[in-house]
Amino acid sequence: MFTATYVAQQLLNGIVLGSMYALLALGMTVVYGILRLINFAHGALVTVGAFTFFGIFVVLGWPFALALVAALVVGGVMGFLLDLVGYRKLRGGPEVSLLITSLGIYILLENFIKLLATPQPYAFRPPAFLVQLHNVGGVAFRTVDVFIVAVSVLIMVAFALFVKRTKLGIAMRATAESVEAAQLVGIGVNQVVAVAFVLGSAVAAITGFMWGAKYGQISYDMGFMAGVKAFVAIVIGGIGSIPGAMIGGFILGLVETLAVGFLPPGFAEYRDAIVFTLLILVLLLRPTGIMGRKEAV
Amino acid sequence: MRRWTSLPGGVKFLLGIAALFLVLFIANSTLNRYVLHVITLIGIYSVATTSLNLTNGYTGLFSLGHAGFMAVGAYVATLLTFPVRLRIAYNLPLLPSFLGGPEYQWPFLPALIVGGIVAAIAALFVGAPVLRLRGHYLSVASLGFMVIITTLAKGLKDLTRGAAGIQAIPRYTNIWWVYAWLVVTIYVIWRLLNSSYGRAMLAIRESETAAQSQGIHPMRYKLLSFVIGAFFAGIAGGLYAHFARSIRPYEFSFYMTFHIVIMLIIGGAGTLLGPTVGAAIVIALKYVLKPVEEGLGIYGLVEIIYALMLIGVMLWRPEGIAGGVNPLKFLMPKRKGGS
Repeated sequence: MFTATYVAQQLLNGIVLGSMYALLALGMTVVYGILRLINFAHGALVTVGAFTFFGIFVVLGWPFALALVAALVVGGVMGFLLDLVGYRKLRGGPEVSLLITSLGIYILLENFIKLLATPQPYAFRPPAFLVQLHNVGGVAFRTVDVFIVAVSVLIMVAFALFVKRTKLGIAMRATAESVEAAQLVGIGVNQVVAVAFVLGSAVAAITGFMWGAKYGQISYDMGFMAGVKAFVAIVIGGIGSIPGAMIGGFILGLVETLAVGFLPPGFAEYRDAIVFTLLILVLLLRPTGIMGRKEAV
Repeated sequence: MRRWTSLPGGVKFLLGIAALFLVLFIANSTLNRYVLHVITLIGIYSVATTSLNLTNGYTGLFSLGHAGFMAVGAYVATLLTFPVRLRIAYNLPLLPSFLGGPEYQWPFLPALIVGGIVAAIAALFVGAPVLRLRGHYLSVASLGFMVIITTLAKGLKDLTRGAAGIQAIPRYTNIWWVYAWLVVTIYVIWRLLNSSYGRAMLAIRESETAAQSQGIHPMRYKLLSFVIGAFFAGIAGGLYAHFARSIRPYEFSFYMTFHIVIMLIIGGAGTLLGPTVGAAIVIALKYVLKPVEEGLGIYGLVEIIYALMLIGVMLWRPEGIAGGVNPLKFLMPKRKGGS
């Protein structure tokens, strides 16, 4: 029943989904590392990106590349504004107030999109060259799958280089290590946090485009689960570790896809339950995740 | 005559209850059904928010799984009170013999309590692993628990009819049931807070390590707070099911949890009456603005206002509307001199 092509097909689907989780986890873990904030609003940026692309490419009919750049820019600007208006004032207060505020911002953005668009989902048609079907040895995929994996890897490599090599990246790692110590050596913490938000949000917006292009549908509430699952990916990979977040994303994507693909058909509707059971198991058995350092959980 | 403030707490509480039911009686005989509907709903959400306050406000465990416990209470109570003759038509299971047999239909009160107890047992099992986590790990894990519950409610079709939900639930809930339960909830939490248990919970909220050093076993009190909160959440769920007369898995999801959290934060976490104030504001606002939203076709307006209120409270008044305010201040003796 489970032929080699079927297994390969499931693995491919898992990797594509995993790439998107990894991208979201990347943005989230950088912010988490500095502010100890689970940014629920990160998921809303996915929706914002998807609808920005949809509005410019489908509704206005502008070129593909322009729409993609617009999604990127809108996501980045939103991230900057959220940090400036929402989170900056609360920094240093109780952790939970940041969490509650991010919930509020999520609800705000989601319903703003609902208000601008409609509550019904939209069919998301990416440009024709992206939906072209390929078949290699019985494994079917579209160009968009290649695009997602390639762009994800590209972004991750670029990000890893940024964090390792550039001055700003090093400042970012230092701030994650200790905000006070970073301030002492003259790092502008506000600036670093703003950069983390801008980069993470821009990447989330691009992920929104990918999500729509992959599943062919966008709706105002598409981002929530994606955002929460990205956090699950971070926990699996190990909180505070950037490579960990990426690995966690891929693992989560594979587990989710393979669970649906290989369990009996009745289990397909339990996929979210499976993801969160995995989260609770990881938190109990190995709270530091795969790559994480020790931290009180 | 003795001053109001010098009365013992118990007497004040009884006077408060008498006043509440007098107001409710007047409301019930003068106001129209629509307004009474809103007042009842406020009561149900007050029970839910007050119970969330025990964990989130007093014990400092920011749980996001409350809707899950409400779902458990709602489904259990509904399965017990569902009319026998409709069970076959609705494809719902007949009761097994230890629950009274296939011909038995439970009365409302015991069904509610059993719903609450099952929710409390669920909390015991969930809490044991989840409460070992701190801060936002706890938030996300409890959110995950809620997702697991709603997925189960969707998946266990033989028991819950899946996504279609259960309709034609007898309408037992009325304004008296709801506010009687609200009084019970507030009373239990009030008594609890004034006991050594409550002091221990507050100590854990302030600093778990300091509490531990005083010989408090954090896990025991956290679990107690979680279980009692879940019991009343289950009650609120049962009340909701017999009020709305129909329950579907997706009703008990993120939005229900969010709304309860918003009510708690706006009203004031860690205050006894804050949750009720928050519930009243949030629900009343919804019913005032719903016609506007529908008339202008701007769906999402109410939620946007909720979100702005939540963010506004977090930024400028984190203690909530009722936090730090004594609603009975005008009855207090005036302080003389400085300070």
